[in-house]
Amino acid sequence: MLGVGIIKGLAETGRNFIGSYFDRDRLVTVEYPEQRVPLRENFRQFPFLVHDGQDAAIGLRCVACQICEKECPPQCIYIEKSKDKKPDHLGKPQFFPAVFNIDISVCMSCQICVEVCPFDAIKMDQDFELSTADRFGGLLLGKTQLARPNTHFQRIHPREAAEIDTRRADERQKAEAKAKADAEAKAKAAAAAAAGTAAATTTAAVDAAKPVGARPAPTTVPGPASARALPGAGAGTVPAAPSEPGGQV
Amino acid sequence: MAANVDQIFVHLMQMMVDRVPDAVAPWVRAAVGVGAVLGLFGLLFGLTTVCERKGIARMQNRLGPNRVGPFGFLQFAADGIKSLTKEDVVPRSADRVVHYLAPLALLTPVVLTFLVLPFGRNMVLMHVDTGLLFFFAAGASTELAVFMAGWSSRNKYSLLGAMRAIAQMISYELPFILSTVGVVMIAGTLSTVGIVESQAARPGEWLARWNLFTPWGLAAFLLFLIAAFAEANRSPFDLPEGESEIVAGYFIEYSGFKFALFFMAEYLGMFASSGMAVTLFLGGWTAPVAALDWIPSWLWFFGKLLALIALFIWVRGTTPRLRMDQLMDFAWKFMLPLALLILPVVAVWHYLGGGWRGWLFCTPVLAAAYVLLGRALVGRRRIQRRVYRYAGEGVAS
Repeated sequence: MLGVGIIKGLAETGRNFIGSYFDRDRLVTVEYPEQRVPLRENFRQFPFLVHDGQDAAIGLRCVACQICEKECPPQCIYIEKSKDKKPDHLGKPQFFPAVFNIDISVCMSCQICVEVCPFDAIKMDQDFELSTADRFGGLLLGKTQLARPNTHFQRIHPREAAEIDTRRADERQKAEAKAKADAEAKAKAAAAAAAGTAAATTTAAVDAAKPVGARPAPTTVPGPASARALPGAGAGTVPAAPSEPGGQV
Repeated sequence: MAANVDQIFVHLMQMMVDRVPDAVAPWVRAAVGVGAVLGLFGLLFGLTTVCERKGIARMQNRLGPNRVGPFGFLQFAADGIKSLTKEDVVPRSADRVVHYLAPLALLTPVVLTFLVLPFGRNMVLMHVDTGLLFFFAAGASTELAVFMAGWSSRNKYSLLGAMRAIAQMISYELPFILSTVGVVMIAGTLSTVGIVESQAARPGEWLARWNLFTPWGLAAFLLFLIAAFAEANRSPFDLPEGESEIVAGYFIEYSGFKFALFFMAEYLGMFASSGMAVTLFLGGWTAPVAALDWIPSWLWFFGKLLALIALFIWVRGTTPRLRMDQLMDFAWKFMLPLALLILPVVAVWHYLGGGWRGWLFCTPVLAAAYVLLGRALVGRRRIQRRVYRYAGEGVAS
């Protein structure tokens, strides 16, 4: 009969109206600034630069290799390489970015920079509250604005961060072991050189010491020489980890 | 004491008028009365927009506006400031004069209709013998303003909306007015005050003589209410401004405060229609039972008015929009015959003197008419599988 449908409809909306005051489950609205839905781990917004430790000036993983700059499809990354070097987490001297800018008004969040980075230095951030009064300067992020500690990365991407952290710890351990082995070998060689005649002995061990600047080692006493060789030897092993010291001759 | 509270606004007005010279007294009376009504209904408009948004949100299990002020109830102030400070854009090809006048021409007659509404005992701005006639005469002239707005904007959507609005308002004007004729026949007067007084309980009676308490009164009330929905362009009759089809209809080319004026006129029209429904069928400012007479009359009026506004909001939160042919069918094939039938039924009711004989006669007649007309309107529709003549797997079984 005419009019039955509208009565049913009114009853339904009436039920909703009253029910929404008693049953909190009916109200699905998340009142955003106060309440937040936890973000999915895969959610990504714009890239950031990971640094180890608390000081971004020291711990930045980026070595200014500029791969991301070259790969970036909209070319929103601008990098200037530093003139000098500073040691990375393995102790090897590396360049670092004197300038690292990302224009997030240009960035399209494609994540290609993250995928090409061999140093796990650039990752996607989840910060989406980026509104600013200045749409040019405010959206051009510099090195200090982009730098975020590794703890931040661990928080937003726990699984990926754990995997990277174990890999980097392994690398560091391997490097330390190698450095120690090298240092021992060098110390042995130095001891041998000191024991033998200085001029006639041209062993592989001495040659191995050549590229790392341990040339004067044979002339000095064994103790200080081995001590000084340690950091140098450690750094020398990194770029060609599988190659033996002798192979570099 | 109760009488004092009942007449408190009348006494206040009298005190104010007594303080000024006799020459300006009528002017002061008019200015204060109109100012009070405009202020009150302006505020009611603001609060209604908030309550409507919150209420409909709750009907859809949302929260609704809850940021500005306590529980979001100052939202209307923010909206008002926004519309006041917005740029007023007038299309280059628009007829500027008519475009400018249309919102005013819409709001003025709507405000005029409040003159004859009795808000309480001895509380009516303009006591005229033909109050009902004045109400409909003023209310009907809003159609001109709607067409002014639609035509002067020189926009296809606004013209379409205006055409729809004209067709709809004229179609529903008939049952709107016809449904009130029965009340006039029973009350024997066109004066709104007289109509209200005729519905008050006689001495010794426990129940008031509201027209709603009679079979024809109930039918006429429902017809009046449905026609009022259509006159106010509210859901389910909001075709003139159907957002999904013609964006905003006749006021699409209005912005800033003129847009707000259209909005305000629509709501004030709704209040006026509700107030008239209260006056005609719900006994105006009278109490439903004589035992509740101690409650001030203006509280009764505004309580009923708010209840009707809540009903308007409730229906808006429930119904989808009608199609144009359904709208026309409903007005001409259902409401108009029923409204016409009510007239002889009221005559018989009057002749029988009401009572159980009246009920015995009127109820079956009206119920039969309702069922038959309703069946004629929707019953003949058979749901069947659609046959695609030139596509698909051939003729459907």
